[in-house]
Amino acid sequence: MSVLVNKDTKVIVQGITGREGSFHATQCKAYGTQVVGGVTPGKGGQEVEGMPVFDSVEEAVEKTGADCSLIFVPPPFAADAVLEAVDAGIKTVICITEGIPVNDMIPVKNYIKTYYPDTVLIGPNCPGVITPDEAKIGIMPGHIFKRGKVGIVSRSGTLTYEAAFQLSNRDIGQSTVIGIGGDPVPGTVFSDVLRWFQDDPETEAIVMIGEIGGTAEEEAAEFIKEYVTKPVVAYIAGVTAPPGKRMGHAGAIIAGGKGTAEEKYKALESAGATTVKNISFIGEAVAEVLK
Amino acid sequence: MKVHEHQAKEIFAKYGLPVPKGYPAFTVEEAVEAAQQLGKFPVVVKAQIHAGGRGKAGGVKLANNLDEVQKYAAELLGKTLITFQTGPEGLPVSRIYIEEGTNIDKEYYVAITLDRSKSKLIIMASSEGGMEIEEVAATNPEAIITEEIDPFIGLRAFQARNIALKLGFPKNLINKVAGVFLKLYNVYMKEDASMVEINPLVLTKEGNIVVLDAKVDFDDNALFRHPDIMEMEDPTQESELEVKAKQYNLNYIKLDGNIACMVNGAGLAMATMDTIKLAGGEPANFLDVGGSANAEQIANAFKIILSDPNVKAIFINIFGGILRCDRLAEGIIQASKEVNPHVPIVVRMEGTNVELGKKMLAESGLDLIPADTMWEGAQKAVELAKQTG
Repeated sequence: MSVLVNKDTKVIVQGITGREGSFHATQCKAYGTQVVGGVTPGKGGQEVEGMPVFDSVEEAVEKTGADCSLIFVPPPFAADAVLEAVDAGIKTVICITEGIPVNDMIPVKNYIKTYYPDTVLIGPNCPGVITPDEAKIGIMPGHIFKRGKVGIVSRSGTLTYEAAFQLSNRDIGQSTVIGIGGDPVPGTVFSDVLRWFQDDPETEAIVMIGEIGGTAEEEAAEFIKEYVTKPVVAYIAGVTAPPGKRMGHAGAIIAGGKGTAEEKYKALESAGATTVKNISFIGEAVAEVLK
Repeated sequence: MKVHEHQAKEIFAKYGLPVPKGYPAFTVEEAVEAAQQLGKFPVVVKAQIHAGGRGKAGGVKLANNLDEVQKYAAELLGKTLITFQTGPEGLPVSRIYIEEGTNIDKEYYVAITLDRSKSKLIIMASSEGGMEIEEVAATNPEAIITEEIDPFIGLRAFQARNIALKLGFPKNLINKVAGVFLKLYNVYMKEDASMVEINPLVLTKEGNIVVLDAKVDFDDNALFRHPDIMEMEDPTQESELEVKAKQYNLNYIKLDGNIACMVNGAGLAMATMDTIKLAGGEPANFLDVGGSANAEQIANAFKIILSDPNVKAIFINIFGGILRCDRLAEGIIQASKEVNPHVPIVVRMEGTNVELGKKMLAESGLDLIPADTMWEGAQKAVELAKQTG
């Protein structure tokens, strides 16, 4: 088992004719993902590396039976692309695009929650999702992941790689790795993914990588107390980040004294999670909880 | 993006919000002219900086005649104002705002911002105007009235009226105050703000409603829709290096330490700073070179880092994903030849094509110190910074 995506997941790529879209569609396919086509309005009928291009998501779903969409559409049009996928019946929408206006994402997130409660949006501003050896749906380097029993969920792309790499080097594989992204209005939050991992029989331990800004880690801590019995190893980036400054990610900001790494560590510790202060030792900490 | 009070008020006025009359001034002469234009005393002379707490820090003065305007303008212009929001280094006052005086009877607070845990906007108001909302939240949380704004239908007139009623405004002013809230919501939505705040909103002794201070932060991701707002940017309110980095398209934030870092990815960049601290050092900056850094970007990053006189060592920490290690190595080698860094450089590289990248660095003849893990790299950089320092 795994969560969210597997070898049967049929993926279309929105924005497949763009530079990033075509490159990553090809990379995902080479990894073994079933990339069944793509969408670029006005370019239907073309092909990208043998993958058919359609004018709309509706048409792509009808012709290919796709149930997942990977989005590379530029920021001004990305919110619309997400809604198009959702309305066409796509069940898992993974949005890589960085830089979508927050005012565009607020209605999108609430629309999905209200009208399509079973649809999952991952991202935006995220590296995507990988179930090693089955499906890579995103921009991560596939070769650093290894199949196994640890679930990883993270707000940061490169820290996801760092953690997975340390685990794989210790021969500790991953069930599914999910980058939920660094934006202030993410489609999926930690507690959603923690539930999936808790309910997944293959996953035996969970790595959670958070960062400063917002209260998603504190809410995750509450959820761990209530629901999660599997060991959770948590790391929070930004202990040294100054308040009021946006640290690269749109959502990584300490505002009005809220959203500090200290508060998040405290909440997670009181929820019984194993916290790691030095990212270089996250592999070691996971090995320890798996003993 | 932040703007000054006078710019926020200019925007507010366009939406029909009741702001007092006023003019910005960059020189003492302009300040005197502005006061003459207003035609009546007293006037308020307000330092314009991108931070709150100006009043308590001496940045807001009441002037009763032209001589006083001249005196206060001369005092404030060119001064560095230190408030509880600026940090110890303060912010330079390069412009002031001359505004007509207001006869304050009572002060209120109102703001609209995103509630991240709900993914909805909220409007917050309190009758404890003039105070920082965080302070009110800590000492008297029940004084804060909060209404959730439905993302599909927006702020409703009845919600706005209810807030005005709860704040205790006189009955004859309820609709007027509700109008202020609705207009403030329009500013937030139409201008793609991430925060709008009126503190204080004033009930005057004459029974009028006045927006006495105005604050707007804009969503950087939405600035492409607002070229007019982009033009309001004031580079004097940011560190020189941050302004330069922005021109190079680099995500850079200056800090107080002496170990510079150059990293790909925002999360890894923060984690690198944290690791330096754990190793007993202090990071000199946050720097994310992004996922597609080429030799030119890396050379620019070197230039920025090296213009910080505090820097005693550089720690380059890259996890090659899409950005391959060999391409990065090529960038470092080319950039080092061009820039000729004068401080020790520790490089930790991992990920795609790492062997090739390491080999290229080893054979480059450059004096680079390799590290296998982040922890090792951070420790080496801290050690070297101590030696050079």
